[in-house]
Amino acid sequence: MALLADIASWACLIAGSLFALIGAVGIIRLPDVFTRMHGAGIVDTLGMGLILAGLMIHEGFTLVTVKLVLIVVFIFFASPTTTHALARAALNGGLKPLVDGKNAPSAEPGERTGGPSKT
Amino acid sequence: MAVTALALVRLRNLFAVVMLAGMFSLLAAVLYVVLDAVDVAFTEAAVGAGIATVLMLSTLALTTSEEKISEAGKPVWALVLVVVTGAVLIYGTLDMPPFGDPFAPIHHHVAPRYLESSGQEVGLPNVVTSILASYRGYDTLGEVFVIFTAACGVLLIIGRPKRGRRRTLRMVVGEMRHGMRQNVILRVVSKLLIPFILVFALYVQWHGDFGPGGGFQAGVIFASGFILYALIFDIDTSRMVVPSWALRLVLALGVLLYAGVGVAGMSRGGNFLNYSVLAEEQIAGQHLGILLIEFGVGLTVAAAMIIIFFTFSRQER
Repeated sequence: MALLADIASWACLIAGSLFALIGAVGIIRLPDVFTRMHGAGIVDTLGMGLILAGLMIHEGFTLVTVKLVLIVVFIFFASPTTTHALARAALNGGLKPLVDGKNAPSAEPGERTGGPSKT
Repeated sequence: MAVTALALVRLRNLFAVVMLAGMFSLLAAVLYVVLDAVDVAFTEAAVGAGIATVLMLSTLALTTSEEKISEAGKPVWALVLVVVTGAVLIYGTLDMPPFGDPFAPIHHHVAPRYLESSGQEVGLPNVVTSILASYRGYDTLGEVFVIFTAACGVLLIIGRPKRGRRRTLRMVVGEMRHGMRQNVILRVVSKLLIPFILVFALYVQWHGDFGPGGGFQAGVIFASGFILYALIFDIDTSRMVVPSWALRLVLALGVLLYAGVGVAGMSRGGNFLNYSVLAEEQIAGQHLGILLIEFGVGLTVAAAMIIIFFTFSRQER
């Protein structure tokens, strides 16, 4: 039983770290601001959720698990909201999402898209 | 961390610089956790990666977003001076004992005494708090004064903005019905989260005796709750919720409480900031003294952060 809990917690931890890595790669490599936010969301919710689930399995039913559950609940509320706020701020700033290659970064000099910047 | 610092210096887009500064603080906090210094990591994460980033962003709103190229030539002599000083410092560290050496001199004078007798003299499970608040309470008083002075400095320099007519509550509520309707998600979620943030700040404040926590972190978290409110709702609404006279009163009250505990110790026969004479037993007196001064620290830090943020954001109009 303890071995099973150990395996489960390690699997969750490794899976969570993998998703965090995938999210990080996504933030760098995806073409548009709005698609990059998908990557950030993956890191926050899936990656963090799985890592904390692994820690919870490792701890068992103690006070630490309750605190971990509270952390997960808080981040599940806060992270999508921040992504939403970021997307809204980007829309307000005038960025348009990349749709079917029509608003490609090199399309018009006047129109700002969320493509990779040239700094 | 070295890479982050280098990028910080070389980048000219100030927005990216602020974000990198937050990342630097986060990396430092992770480093502190690895070194087993959890209290310091907590404070670094809360202050460096949290509040400092927010305050620098609100400063950015007042200035340009790109760093100007300086007109003077490349400062060669300054570079030489810095390199020489750095080399001398590194040469000095070659003589120091290896990292984590148990026979290093600093581990032989005061540190063992604190670690061994903290249990009987102060009686708190968290030795960091007992050192910070009791053995080195005078230094912590100095830190609180520094924060107080920083808030006073901001108030003196930026203080009075050009104000239009005063907006009454009815006007603001009327505006809210028109302007804020779009931000339903942000409004609802922040209304859900802010009470928990404030309760968590109180938890951190009083839990500092038993685990990582204490006045500084609690004050910062408390301030961040109010800053979140000010970001989502209007700055004028939040000024009505927390008026300036109340903030300045709380700012001074925290420092007054801290120094007052010290004077109370003097009035009962001990030295300045001697908590043992505050109650009948030494341990009860220490607990009472630490409780009160941590509360004072939390009050001042929270009020200072809120004051600085409100002052910066009022300048924007």
